[in-house]
Amino acid sequence: MSGTAVGSSLAAMGRIAGGVGPTGGPQPMHIPDGFLSVPVSLVFWIVAIVVIGYALRRVSRELDERRVPLLAVLAAVIFAGQMLNFSVTGGTSGHLLGATLAAVLLGPWAAMVVMTAVVSIQALVFQDGGILVLGANLFNMAIVGVLVGYGVYQLVSRALGNRRWAVPVSGFVAAWLSIVVAALACALELALSGTSPANIAVPAMGGIHALIGIGEGLITAGALVFVLAARPDLVAPTAKATAGQKALWIGGAALAVVLAVLSPLASAHPDGLEWVAEQQGFLEAARDPLYSIIPDYVFPGISNEALATIVAGVVGTLVVAAVAYLVAQGVRRRATQQ
Amino acid sequence: MADVLDPYRPRASLIHRADPRVKVVVAVMSILITAALPLGAWPSYVLLLAAVLALSVAAQLGVGFTLKRGLIAVPFALAALPLVFSTPGDALASLRIGPLVLDASLAGVERFASVLAKSYISVQFAILLTATTRFTDMLAAMRALRVPRLLVVIFSLMWRYLFLFAHEAKTLRIARDSRSADVGPKSGGAVAWRARVTGGMVGNLFVRGYERSERVYQAMLARGYDGDIRTFPLKPLASSEYAALAGAVAILALLGLLGILFG
Amino acid sequence: MERTPLIEISNLSFRYPDGQQALVDVSLTVYEGERVALVGPNGAGKSTLILHLNGIFASQDGHVRVAGLPVAGEHVKQVRALVGLVFQDPDDQLFSPTVFDDVAYGPLYMGLPEDEVRRRVERALAAVGMQGYGDRVPHRLSAGEKKRIALATVLAMEPSVLVLDEPTAGLDPRGRRMLIRLLDSMPQTMIVSTHDLLMVRDLFPRMVILDRGRVVADGPSADLLRDRALLEAHGLELP
Ligand SMILES: Nc1ncnc2c1ncn2[C@@H]1O[C@H](COP(=O)(O)OP(=O)(O)OP(=O)(O)O)[C@@H](O)[C@H]1O
Ligand SMILES: [Mg+2]
Repeated sequence: MSGTAVGSSLAAMGRIAGGVGPTGGPQPMHIPDGFLSVPVSLVFWIVAIVVIGYALRRVSRELDERRVPLLAVLAAVIFAGQMLNFSVTGGTSGHLLGATLAAVLLGPWAAMVVMTAVVSIQALVFQDGGILVLGANLFNMAIVGVLVGYGVYQLVSRALGNRRWAVPVSGFVAAWLSIVVAALACALELALSGTSPANIAVPAMGGIHALIGIGEGLITAGALVFVLAARPDLVAPTAKATAGQKALWIGGAALAVVLAVLSPLASAHPDGLEWVAEQQGFLEAARDPLYSIIPDYVFPGISNEALATIVAGVVGTLVVAAVAYLVAQGVRRRATQQ
Repeated sequence: MADVLDPYRPRASLIHRADPRVKVVVAVMSILITAALPLGAWPSYVLLLAAVLALSVAAQLGVGFTLKRGLIAVPFALAALPLVFSTPGDALASLRIGPLVLDASLAGVERFASVLAKSYISVQFAILLTATTRFTDMLAAMRALRVPRLLVVIFSLMWRYLFLFAHEAKTLRIARDSRSADVGPKSGGAVAWRARVTGGMVGNLFVRGYERSERVYQAMLARGYDGDIRTFPLKPLASSEYAALAGAVAILALLGLLGILFG
Repeated sequence: MERTPLIEISNLSFRYPDGQQALVDVSLTVYEGERVALVGPNGAGKSTLILHLNGIFASQDGHVRVAGLPVAGEHVKQVRALVGLVFQDPDDQLFSPTVFDDVAYGPLYMGLPEDEVRRRVERALAAVGMQGYGDRVPHRLSAGEKKRIALATVLAMEPSVLVLDEPTAGLDPRGRRMLIRLLDSMPQTMIVSTHDLLMVRDLFPRMVILDRGRVVADGPSADLLRDRALLEAHGLELP
């Protein structure tokens, strides 16, 4: 039943992706109010407050007060940069989210603060994304987008070493992946809220953003090349890394893998996710008399399956992260030996 | 461009003059209640919509103002469209696309329509808030409501330079477009090339932003900035404002309760 | 007449982090009540020198004193209250969401009580002829209005010295005339960097020519402006 709708909703989401906010900016991933259930919204608010609170503390502790105008002005730049688009074909256009660009140029914590400012102002002032769901939007774009962009950039650029094209290639890969993973997070939130079945939302959001991500990747790469030429001092060298930074970029890459692994699993077992949602009282429909009379809505024994999905996702993530790390190490060692 | 960007609509209404803290709290409460309403709570949806409309009339914005602007969230509604077909229930209609047969259920249609309605109502409360509250007042309200100070300062500076960089972005775009003659199917180069040109423009903005921020920092230092942020606090709320706030919250709570009990 | 030195610069040199030597052994004394014009070609070091006058740049070599206070360490805050710096680009100077907030910024940082801050904002806006502009947003002002409000932001701090970087740059003839009249009405000691030699002739009895980071001439404007060879040698010209 639900599987048959994949095609039509893919097309539908293509149109969402083309949706343009009042500022002329994109809103492919800005969830409006009403699309997430209250518990899901609140859980992501808590996550966002904890992580961004930590980022704010890091930024104000480690960086001098010079960074305050810097972060604010660059938030304005990213906001304005999102208005720049290029035509792809047939009236569609590519544009920028900017999380990876900010993460590469400013480091993860400062970038998180910058993206928080961008996403918040879009929601609070321009209704580009909702207010109750702002926590989830911040999670997707300011946290997941930044951490994945940062982690993947560090991993890839380390693997590529000092080659001339290392910066644009790493920037492209990181930006593409950060968009796709943020979109997967968005799809999971929709599924968890019972707004969109996981087996449709995940492939549709993931698929569309695999395309949108190409634009993001190209713009990010172009921007990094420009900045590298004009102000090489602003593109931080990737040479030395403290243990904390290492943990961070591995964490960012791992986050990418978790969501990348978890989402297909979740979409293969959509009813599992909905069951979780319902059991948690997430699904408002559960309280609705219309649905409670439908017996096949509750699948017995599915709990093990849902649990297995999540465990498998986490294990798979750790394995893939470890492999990626070892490969990067190997490539680097070989590069230095030459 | 500046006028297009700023959503504030100056009017001499009571709502414009109301304390920003009260407005922010009421708007957030309204959105929360809207989200908490069960699916299919149509009477409550209608009451909330009536409340938005009454408020926008009271704010001298006209009936159509929020109704029209509220449509911006509609494209996203397509994300919920599969609900129509995926929700089990009495088949309402079948859609045949080639080999695919989609069964729309009544329950599915109601779920979809509910998501749409809730989203539409929520966004109108947000629009009403930004159309009647100056951004500086929003900042003051955020400070009073304990949003981290650092974040509020960043919002404030960002707002100021948003217009400047929006203008610069527009200038860059015009400069590019004025040199992008459309002379045939091959004009404009490959998509990847166009994307990289756009990337260069973003990089250009970024470098300008970096340099601008250094000069802004110097200008702030020259007038005594020391990393701490100082502003006038808002006056404490008057008892009548507390009463208004309590009244609005009570009405919203009642609406929510009604929706949950009889939705 | 006994003259009190207000600003004393001795043997000041400055090099930017990228290695650009912007100031070389600059010595200059400005007395209370004087009006001094700093002129010189693009890149001469005028803006760099100005940024030393209230401690935005710390002197790397040599000394800067304002009203007898060294511009360093604990004195920097006092010096910033004495020296009002108006930046070349008003979009750098006006960083607050409204005109009122911007003009109030300096007084607030001086720790003044709220009603005193409000009084000062009123007075400063009146002094530049911009009463009633408090609620306006900076990005919707004209270039001339921005320049005048930028001046108000430092007037509100009631400084003893006004230092302005290219105050007439980018203004139309009427805006320029208005600004010159405004500057002429200011009682403070004034140091202005400019390419506008006509303004120098009319407003500034003393003129300092800077080129490649060095002071190449310092004297009465009337004399220096008559020395065509000198002006030409340093890329200047009286229209
Ligand atoms: N931030 C900076 N980093 C490196 N070099 C700089 C910087 N700012 C200025 N310079 C250099 O220092 C020298 C002096 O510059 P400064 O801006 O003081 O000149 P100016 O006399 O104010 O010029 P203009 O008339 O163009 O404003 C120039 O060679 C300039 O290129
Ligand atoms: Mg200069």
